[in-house]
Amino acid sequence: MQFNPFHTIGIGVAFSPNLKANIYEASRLSLFFHSKLILIHVGERSEEKIDQIELILKPFLNKGLDFEIVFKAGDPVEVILSTTIEKNVDLLVLGALQRENFFKYYIGSIARKITRKAKCSILLLVKPSVERVPCQHVVVNGLDDPKTEKTITAAFFVAKQLGANKITIVEEITQQELAVNVEDDKSLRRATIKKERLKHRETSRIRKIMEHVPEKYVKDITIKSQPIFGRRGYSIGHYAEVVRADLLVMNSPSKVTFWDRLFPHDIEHILTELPTDVLIIQ
Amino acid sequence: MRRRKNKINTFLKDLPRNIFSGFVVSLIALPLGLGLAMASEAPPIAGIITAIIGGLVVSFLGGSHITITGPGNGLVGVLLVVITTLGLENAYAAIIFSGVLLVLLGFLRMGKLADFFPSSAIHGMLAAIGLIILGKQFHIMLGNKILRDNGIEYLLEIPNTIKTAINYSNEGLTYAAMAGLISLAIMIFYPKIRNKYLQLIPAPMWIVILSIAFSYYFELIAKRPNPIDPNYMLSGIPNLNEIVSQLPEINFGKIGELSFWSSVIALTLIASIESLLSIKAVDKLDPQKRRSNVNKDLKALGLATIGSGFLGGLNVVTVIARSSVNANNGGSNKSSNFFHAVFLLAFIALFSTQLSRIPLPALMAILVFTGYKLASPEIIKKIYLIGKEQLIIFFVTLYITLKVGLITGITMGVLATFIIHVIINKSFALFIRNMLKPNVLMYREEDNNDNYYISVKHFCNFLNYYRLKEKLNVVPQDKDVIVDFSMCEFVDHTIMEKMNNYQELFAKKKGHLEVVGLDLHGTDSEHPFALRRIIPIPNLLSNFTKRQNNIDELARDYNLEYDASNDKDIYFLKQFIFFRTKEIDHIYNCLSENNKTLTLFDIEYSEGEFIAKEVVRSSIMHIKLNRKIPEFTLDREGFLEKIYGFAGFNDIQIENHSDFSNRFFLLGEDEEAIKDFFDDELVHFFESNPYYHIESNGSDLLIFGKERLASIKEIKAMLDFGKRLEETINH
Repeated sequence: MQFNPFHTIGIGVAFSPNLKANIYEASRLSLFFHSKLILIHVGERSEEKIDQIELILKPFLNKGLDFEIVFKAGDPVEVILSTTIEKNVDLLVLGALQRENFFKYYIGSIARKITRKAKCSILLLVKPSVERVPCQHVVVNGLDDPKTEKTITAAFFVAKQLGANKITIVEEITQQELAVNVEDDKSLRRATIKKERLKHRETSRIRKIMEHVPEKYVKDITIKSQPIFGRRGYSIGHYAEVVRADLLVMNSPSKVTFWDRLFPHDIEHILTELPTDVLIIQ
Repeated sequence: MRRRKNKINTFLKDLPRNIFSGFVVSLIALPLGLGLAMASEAPPIAGIITAIIGGLVVSFLGGSHITITGPGNGLVGVLLVVITTLGLENAYAAIIFSGVLLVLLGFLRMGKLADFFPSSAIHGMLAAIGLIILGKQFHIMLGNKILRDNGIEYLLEIPNTIKTAINYSNEGLTYAAMAGLISLAIMIFYPKIRNKYLQLIPAPMWIVILSIAFSYYFELIAKRPNPIDPNYMLSGIPNLNEIVSQLPEINFGKIGELSFWSSVIALTLIASIESLLSIKAVDKLDPQKRRSNVNKDLKALGLATIGSGFLGGLNVVTVIARSSVNANNGGSNKSSNFFHAVFLLAFIALFSTQLSRIPLPALMAILVFTGYKLASPEIIKKIYLIGKEQLIIFFVTLYITLKVGLITGITMGVLATFIIHVIINKSFALFIRNMLKPNVLMYREEDNNDNYYISVKHFCNFLNYYRLKEKLNVVPQDKDVIVDFSMCEFVDHTIMEKMNNYQELFAKKKGHLEVVGLDLHGTDSEHPFALRRIIPIPNLLSNFTKRQNNIDELARDYNLEYDASNDKDIYFLKQFIFFRTKEIDHIYNCLSENNKTLTLFDIEYSEGEFIAKEVVRSSIMHIKLNRKIPEFTLDREGFLEKIYGFAGFNDIQIENHSDFSNRFFLLGEDEEAIKDFFDDELVHFFESNPYYHIESNGSDLLIFGKERLASIKEIKAMLDFGKRLEETINH
């Protein structure tokens, strides 16, 4: 049986200027992943709206797109979250907003709330477009976390389906792990040695995970592993931006408390400044 | 075990050199200590006690290598206020508490404290301190003691004092003023005279020696009392017994008062800033390029300050001028700081009565010069070249420090900097939103050359520089680093200055640091801080000096290329031992052969820092060899080299060439290879040609005659010498 983490893809539909691009992106993904597309609209059902959506979907219908439109009135966050559960959505696609005059993207408040609470995987799209922008380079985190194996496997699946040719597995090594404060030449030497050791440890851990990834996804893809030293969750975004990755795949956050929002870390940083398309694996 | 033994061996080998260097430093520390203490309204001996305690404690516990500790210039401004408001006995208590705070800062790893202050604000504060010192001591230098309320009023009185001094009717005062002026002249002109023997004794010590000699002349030969007014002689120097037996009373009575604690905080802040800046500057001068452990140093300085406070001394800080003298005289480890203290102790034990023969104006001249150096127009010009907005920051800090006080001054400086940054970016949000974000990413590029890559996002200024610094500090400095600012919307002048410092550090350790991604900023007129400082290159072609015209003619004659303009590309020189303790500014008037192996150029470099700084312009020849040779230094044998010989440098003797060995002083690590390299032909070549200082770094040669610009005739002689030497070696 073919491994496919994404049987059902969901997308929130609002009649905004981005509507066409958003639907195009989601439909293309559904075709790539052979999944069903659920279009969720927060509002009353009307024939006019259905016509409009179906018009946009037309080019994909020929290629065998399986879709369903859900209409539900209420609070957008509630509606989308409840629908994803009802319809067993595995992957929810959300579009990002672009900050005026800046080449920076961020997630609107609704999407942000959904991201925090969703029980399914989430794909945040930086600039949805009607034309397909090929995905070439995927960056995935290699944190020392039980979820990581699933995340990496999903990353390889996505890379394969989208035809990406390069995956970089990033191990973030934090200052706490290093546990050596560099103050003079002596401590620098110690830190450098310790870093080498950590690097080896991380690389061998990743190698173990890689053994579990099905062979056919690994084939034809250049795999690189890159240890970086920085703040967890934030630096990987920075890295993805530096190497101009097309997709960043990350673990879902474990728990978000009030303090996390006040002193943002991990995923919260990524949400305030999206480096590229981000896929959060649940 | 073996390594430890080696360590002890090198320590013992370097010991004579360090004792020598400690001695030279103590010569400059003695007059400075006396003067700095008096300028702070403390008894003169307090400065010496500070230096002795500092040297003894920090040399054992400190984390830096060639720094010298003692009473600092920056602190004069604070101590003066503390002592006048609290009284001396309470001031000692404040000093002790500031020592405790310094130790705490060390434990809390606050060595990065100094990074949070924009460099123009620090310059402004230091200039204000300089003006406070200069303003107050100028009057005593001219024999006109006056009392005013604050620094500005002292400065405004200067013309009056000059007027009074010209019209003195009291002969004693005229003599006092003369002593002051002559001393000032010594301080000013000393660096301009490049004489090895004269330079062996630092300028301040010449002042001390000359004034003591002057006093003895009147006592022993002229049999008259010293004509300088007795009120203007140094007084109150106790001898060693008195210092030990009469410890000062320390009064903790004002411990509950607000003014006491604000004094403690001011002392701590300025002491730590001055020390941290000095340590960083001295690290650049260290010939072995070691990195100081600033936090360990802070702890040691704090402890020394506590001890010094109890014994009647002042705050112990790391001082730049004395440390640079130490570096220049071959100090290589902490023991030179220790010996500087020991020699000071010996001076006090042996010569404490002689010290009262020094006229006050002479001592104050040293301080006036120090103050001037802190606030010199050069600094203002430099800051202006960086940007006009830096000048605003500078003057805001300067003025408020003079008018209100140090803490308020530096706070306003920081605030002014931030406001200017906000105005320039037209965005407050840029800073607020991104202030706490970990905006620096570093990783090692796995694929190719193993470089380190650092990318900085959002903005980078004094507020978040410590993050970039943390990353840069963990890179071994013999590696290649790329710092990429292309995702950074704003980079301020403080950062650019520090990047430049790092570049030098990496270059000296044979690594390389490159800053990239500022091209966009450069074209964007709204980013004037994104500095690549433009050095105005005057149109030299139309405006040659006579010497340049002659060189140009010579170039055509000899078929050489001539380029008169300033060239900052000087990295090829950094690996020569000669430049290890020197800072190269630029090279110019460059003559080169078509194949570029032999170049002859004028160079501007500086030696020492702050008041011990000497700027030298000299002509140097550089030859690229086509084969590897051992590293060595060759110079003519002289009296000074004999002294150096005693101080632990080994002259390599070439067998069967005693004439050569006697006449030349040959230094190098790999003795065997050098002996092999100096074959008969080469030795004969050197024996039959004029003397030059020659240094090899393994693949290149550096050749120069005297440490000054060469005349056209000398240039021709050097070119000829170089060509023939090149042939002899390359044959």
